[in-house]
Amino acid sequence: MIAVWDRVEPLLARVQKPARYIGCEDGAASPRHGAEKVAWLLAYPDTYEIGLPNQGLQILYELLNERDDAVAERAYAPWRDLELLMRQRGVPLFSVDSHLAAAGFDLIAFNLSAELVYTNVLNMVDLAGVPVRSEERADGDPLVVIGGHCAFNPEPLAEYVDLAVLGDGEEVVGEITAVVSRWKHDGRTPGSRQRVLRALAQVPGVYVPSLYRAVYDGPRLVAVEPRHADVPAVVDKRTVADLADWPYPKRPLAPLTEVVHDRLSVEVFRGCTRGCRFCQAGMVTRPVRERPPEQVRTMIANGLRRTGYDEVSLSSLSTADFSDVGEVIAAVNPPGCPPSELVSVALPSLRVDAFTVGLAGQVGAARRSGLTFAPEAGTWRLRQVLNKLISEDDLYGAVDAAYGQGWTRMKLYFLTGLPTETDADTLGIADLARNVAAIGRRYTNRASVTVSLGGFVPKAHTPFQWFGQNTTAELRRKIQLLRDSAGRSRGVQLKWHDPAATLAEGIVARGDRRIGRVIERVWRDGGVFQEWSEFFDLGRWEQAMAAEGLSLDWYVHRHRTEDEVLPWAHLRAGLHADFLWADWQAALGQAGVEDCRWTPCYDCGVCTGYGIEHVVASTVPPAGGSQGTGQDLRRGGDTPVLLTRKPEMVGG
Amino acid sequence: MRVRIRHSKLGKVRFTSHRDTARHWERALRKAGLRVATSGGFSPRPRLSFGLALPTGAESLAEYLDVEFADAIDVGDSDVVRRMDQALPVGYQVLAMAHHADAEPSLQSDVVACTWWIEVHADADVDAVVGTLLDAASVPLERERKGQRRVDDIRPSIEALAAGRPPWSGAGTWLESTLATAERGLRPTELIAALWPQRDPLDLVSRIVRTHQWIERGGTRREVLPAAVDAGPAVVAWA
Ligand code: SF4
Repeated sequence: MIAVWDRVEPLLARVQKPARYIGCEDGAASPRHGAEKVAWLLAYPDTYEIGLPNQGLQILYELLNERDDAVAERAYAPWRDLELLMRQRGVPLFSVDSHLAAAGFDLIAFNLSAELVYTNVLNMVDLAGVPVRSEERADGDPLVVIGGHCAFNPEPLAEYVDLAVLGDGEEVVGEITAVVSRWKHDGRTPGSRQRVLRALAQVPGVYVPSLYRAVYDGPRLVAVEPRHADVPAVVDKRTVADLADWPYPKRPLAPLTEVVHDRLSVEVFRGCTRGCRFCQAGMVTRPVRERPPEQVRTMIANGLRRTGYDEVSLSSLSTADFSDVGEVIAAVNPPGCPPSELVSVALPSLRVDAFTVGLAGQVGAARRSGLTFAPEAGTWRLRQVLNKLISEDDLYGAVDAAYGQGWTRMKLYFLTGLPTETDADTLGIADLARNVAAIGRRYTNRASVTVSLGGFVPKAHTPFQWFGQNTTAELRRKIQLLRDSAGRSRGVQLKWHDPAATLAEGIVARGDRRIGRVIERVWRDGGVFQEWSEFFDLGRWEQAMAAEGLSLDWYVHRHRTEDEVLPWAHLRAGLHADFLWADWQAALGQAGVEDCRWTPCYDCGVCTGYGIEHVVASTVPPAGGSQGTGQDLRRGGDTPVLLTRKPEMVGG
Repeated sequence: MRVRIRHSKLGKVRFTSHRDTARHWERALRKAGLRVATSGGFSPRPRLSFGLALPTGAESLAEYLDVEFADAIDVGDSDVVRRMDQALPVGYQVLAMAHHADAEPSLQSDVVACTWWIEVHADADVDAVVGTLLDAASVPLERERKGQRRVDDIRPSIEALAAGRPPWSGAGTWLESTLATAERGLRPTELIAALWPQRDPLDLVSRIVRTHQWIERGGTRREVLPAAVDAGPAVVAWA
């Protein structure tokens, strides 16, 4: 292990936000390395401010440091200013805990939560002084690992990573540690890297891309098949059965400088069975596993005491669905609590109904400025396609309650470029926004509505994985349509995501192994920090696709057929392919599906396949709203809408 | 109850900003279970007020803040100091604490000058460079403020300047300088730019340490809160 602080320190006077690189957080470990300990470098391929709050990384950091046979440190992507100085002076990527050179760790494990960060993964591996392609790595080089939601389609990075880990990391990191520990103990002899990869492929949840061969027929993928008989043909995700066994982080990290979610975060449940068809996070994290409310309360109390924070976020994919949400919130600030000890509670990902507004009113007594809702689509018809079953009454009821209780700004999230979307759906967004603003004006002249429009990118392991993404021209046209319609409406503001970035995301999200070279080209051309508009340049992606002889239309805009072998077909999030296809057909038929945590199982495959089940305290859905007891499953048109098939262009 | 606190900020934590320091204190006092009074109004804020900003990257043995505690605090109680030290980030240490009358002026308006120790890597004869600067009737320096460049005479802001040995056993070449804070004041890096106009101050300076902040009472100058920084625990722990 090589310490590099002495070489990093003189550079910090020359860069923006040097506190990104010093570590020293509350909760940081002071790990003691040693030959008997497997050293993990947990890396986040974006800035410190974005990466530090990441809960997955914090959980694994703590779990690994608790073990006798492992230590873990953290690294974040250095901003361009520091990176250039590091390259000039030969300073390698380093950990922020002990400022050790990254290449000395046994594993560098990246948490991937967005596709556009992939070029940063390559950049960080390169900055570590490790070859970016896995086949070029030697026995002494670290294993490069990816995990997180994006690892469910790891194929674009197949040539660049040694392992991809599918699903919850809590248990599997220990199993990987045990295998790597033997490797380390045996002295990493020549040729041993291949053997350790073979052994790791036997660990459930671990996918070793180099042990599989992708077979093509022209542009079409025919199969991704194991090269050896002992390598599993299909890799399944890992799922922890009960969150109560994993009350982590116990020592949450509180940074010394501002980060994006600068508050304590306590995960109240994992998984979501609302069944929104566009949502990869919901699909790949089934089933729902709630944390016992006493444990949530203890984690809040201990976390606040340890960090000194005065704000806690109750995190999950839909926190209003937590069975005990009301009691847990009430317990945070007991009656009579003096003002100096009031703790604010943040509730991310709220439902669109009055119940939710009631919760928000309970927590945000002091700050009533903005409230965010995500109806996702402008008409009931399209929301049926999405299975986001929010009626207009729910939305209007929610905003009426919110304006009535003193909020003045509503933020509404929508997607555009959705399956079956017509201009009526786009114009429906304008109608909703205008009506919401009008409701607000009954209460205050300052009432405003911000419509935030994101471009839809179909994701792997979702019912929409077969859908051809809208072109940038089509997305721009829809945005313009909405601007023309709602742009000058009183109290309505519009914001939208750059369709060019949506296209680049689309290249990677459902890409196969051939997209790896595109990512490498974009990176070599200087395309780092592609999530940041000041660095993003679609031209680089288009040029890289052209240079690799790959077609944007084929990879991004083409509808897939039922018989097509998808690049992630050999990787399983537990969902039956049949279920996903049937749900896709139901979407086209505008038919909704109920939430299986409160209604009978429809056998999507996860619980039945993995022998696990929901852990939910309440047996009945929450009151109120069509996402609650009033869930409206009126069927839409019984004949599935046919998507126009585009001529397939030859790529590859 | 209003209390003035003097503390150090040394080592890695020097790369955090003045705003960060405010957050460090807010969180540390909550962790230590020392309740701070809050401002009234729509969004209550803890009543902490901070002194002159320390430039990001500079260290200090003389940072100050005023805290309005919700409860009575015994400023001589070593247990209170211990709880604060434990709750603060590594590199911070409470050096002195005193009750503070409400009528006293704010730290920002009261302090007239600060003493700094600056470690420089200069090949030339430092004494000669310092002598030339001190002998000059005026020292024009072009500085930027609010997007406008203008030339100021900074000579009146330099109250004292000499090469010397710092109170801690620091090897290398150090300058000790007392710089006025009135009006625009003078930053240590600006002083270095004036001493070596042809060089980038970042190439010359490796450490900057604020050791004293001065106020004036009845014509005499005194330290805001005295502390034994010359041989105190903070210096020992750091050197
Ligand atoms: S297996 Fe059944 S209960 Fe489990 S997530 Fe799927 S549909 Fe729901």
